[in-house]
Amino acid sequence: MIKTLTRRGLLQSSAVAAALALGLTACGGGGNAAPQQTVNSDAVEAALQKGGKLTVWAWDQSLKKVAEGFEAKYPNVDVNLVNAGTGNDQYTALQNAVSAGSGVPDVAQIEYYALPQFALSKSLADLGQFGAADLDGTFTAGPWSSVQAQGGVYGLPMDSGPMALFYNKELFDKHGIAVPTTWDEFLEAGRALKKADPKAYIANDTGDAGFTTSMIWQAGGKPYQVDGTNVGVNFSDEGSTKFAETWQKLIDEDLLAPISSWSDEWYKGLGNGTIATLSTGAWMPGNLVSGVGDGAGKWRVAPLPQWEKGATSSSENGGSSLAIPAASSQAALAYGFLKYSNVEEGVQARIDGGAFPATSKDLASEKFQNTQFKYFGGQKANQIFAESAKNVPAGWSYLPFQVYANSIFNDTAGQAYVSGTKLKDGLTAWQKASVKYGTEQGFTVKE
Amino acid sequence: MSVQTASRPRSAGTGTSSPTRLRTTRLRSPRTARRSRRSVALTLLMGLVLLYSLAPLFWLLVNATKTQDGLLNSFGLWFGGDFALWDNIARTATYDGGIFLRWFANTVLYVVLGAGGATFLAVLGGYALAKFDFPGRKAVFAVVIGAVAIPGTALAVPTFLMFSQMGLTNTPWAVIIPSLISPFGLYLMWTFASEAIPTEIMESARIDGASEARTFFQVCLPLLTPGIVTVLLFTMVATWNNYFLPLIMLKNPDWYPLTLGLNAWNAQAATAGGEAIFNLVITGSLLTILPLIAAFLLLQSYWQSGLSAGSVKE
Repeated sequence: MIKTLTRRGLLQSSAVAAALALGLTACGGGGNAAPQQTVNSDAVEAALQKGGKLTVWAWDQSLKKVAEGFEAKYPNVDVNLVNAGTGNDQYTALQNAVSAGSGVPDVAQIEYYALPQFALSKSLADLGQFGAADLDGTFTAGPWSSVQAQGGVYGLPMDSGPMALFYNKELFDKHGIAVPTTWDEFLEAGRALKKADPKAYIANDTGDAGFTTSMIWQAGGKPYQVDGTNVGVNFSDEGSTKFAETWQKLIDEDLLAPISSWSDEWYKGLGNGTIATLSTGAWMPGNLVSGVGDGAGKWRVAPLPQWEKGATSSSENGGSSLAIPAASSQAALAYGFLKYSNVEEGVQARIDGGAFPATSKDLASEKFQNTQFKYFGGQKANQIFAESAKNVPAGWSYLPFQVYANSIFNDTAGQAYVSGTKLKDGLTAWQKASVKYGTEQGFTVKE
Repeated sequence: MSVQTASRPRSAGTGTSSPTRLRTTRLRSPRTARRSRRSVALTLLMGLVLLYSLAPLFWLLVNATKTQDGLLNSFGLWFGGDFALWDNIARTATYDGGIFLRWFANTVLYVVLGAGGATFLAVLGGYALAKFDFPGRKAVFAVVIGAVAIPGTALAVPTFLMFSQMGLTNTPWAVIIPSLISPFGLYLMWTFASEAIPTEIMESARIDGASEARTFFQVCLPLLTPGIVTVLLFTMVATWNNYFLPLIMLKNPDWYPLTLGLNAWNAQAATAGGEAIFNLVITGSLLTILPLIAAFLLLQSYWQSGLSAGSVKE
């Protein structure tokens, strides 16, 4: 039964739905411009005191605690927290609701990569009207730049995913392999591991758009250039090439486990030593604790391997913001919730629930830095994550149709993982398909 | 009379073999009777097919007895060391504030009102189209056949926009109302009614002074029972498994049917901070199919008698 519910199947069905929904948006003519009024912080406070009912679409479970705290602090507000689906499913639902002009929530959880898409279609309220620009410096650089588009702020960062290398220390120790600090060493470690244990792989990868773009981000690549509706897509820059070349070797030498992330097989592999490392966002510990009980005590965290020896570059993977749909009639009240949740008391509630914050203050706090992870043998992993958050290269942007672009990754670049095509050619194919789609959607796209 | 009546499994043995027997006998004509000699091969083939179709069910049953860790550590097609079925069932029923039971109740509601209503409408419509002559019947026929060809999924988005205008999205009505229409059910009832109700019976009822309503309810309805049960089963399964329509229509988990709810639980394993609960998804899936199995077992004798309708030469 679980086979019929695999992630790939879901992605395919939701991709269809997303395509439909996008078509509808285009037909709708985007007549949902926000009622532009300037509201200052007093107005937000007044709205909070007056109260009302807020509908929040979010799949993040830790928001439950936040909503409880918020309702306790502002007794007149009633938060209706709705899990309208995860990721793509929710975006489809949100697009549909915006197109239909009814059933739009007051607050929606939107991942960073998907935010520009909603911002550009004027589906979201510009939070600048509430003085969100003053929050500059509150959040770490990566997430803060991710919520900005078109000169406005379209969401408040809720969490972040500075990347790190999670590795199975027991496995590395057993075979006497050193933990890699560069991607070249990573390749070497992969070879050594395969030699020592043919069943073990250095990592799993079956082609993942989010991971690929994160890696290119770390390598200093900027494949996406976005200026309003003028978009550039180019995967031939140095950063993209570095990634493609190294990963091509890993693919060619069968060093990557053909296991898709988040599948039951993946959870299994992380526990039984089939998958030795995981290069991913700092939100991962919670998932390891709940999903990979067998790995407790065996796993550790190290800084993300570098493209050049001695460098400290990092990247962001995943993470989401809370945004206010333009159609919400209670934007001021909603902004009050955003601020409570992502800047004020809510942040601690979410940290306690295992989330990784995007606020610089909380990342630097002693309590946070000194938290010991039992799962990682008592390691103070947050120090590595917080350091990583500081070292994310600036200037990265996602496409204003990244949700679609990611949905076709496996038909283009992802082919390199399953057939003989080269990753570099795959990226070119991905670029072409993205350009074609962008042009069809009315963007001015250049390669 | 032919073989059918003799071989009709009135009290027949196992549920799995009788439909097959029935079907093979139906196909058999004197010309191909020598086929019975090959029955060993056919039985073997049937055994393989049976195994193939039962294996997923077996997998589901076996894995519902495992804990999340056990699920990942043991061989998939046999029991692990731990037997956690009761614990899993209890956790499925109580996880996330017992929302699984709510989903279960929602699904039952959608099936009773949706599938029940669809069957009712199909019976009325099918009967009318089969037994009454009126202008436009051919047009109706064309529309119904056309409607059968359009997958419900293709209609989901337009339906969403329409319901959204009416303010019905995110309410149970958004799932129930579209489920009420079953072109295939109507077509089936139509064909069935034309075969199963001899016009002479209706005429004699009318001559005896019965009203049209009485003719329908007391004379024709009992004759239609096998067809009704067949349509009911079809619409029930369709509504019970319906995924895409509720996915588009419903945002509030409180109104989810089981399909959406279980998917939400499964998706939870793939998000940052989400808890992987594959064991509960599997146990939930097992609990989800039990009512369908029960319905098939309870209704099968009615259903089978329907399969032979129209096969007897008069």
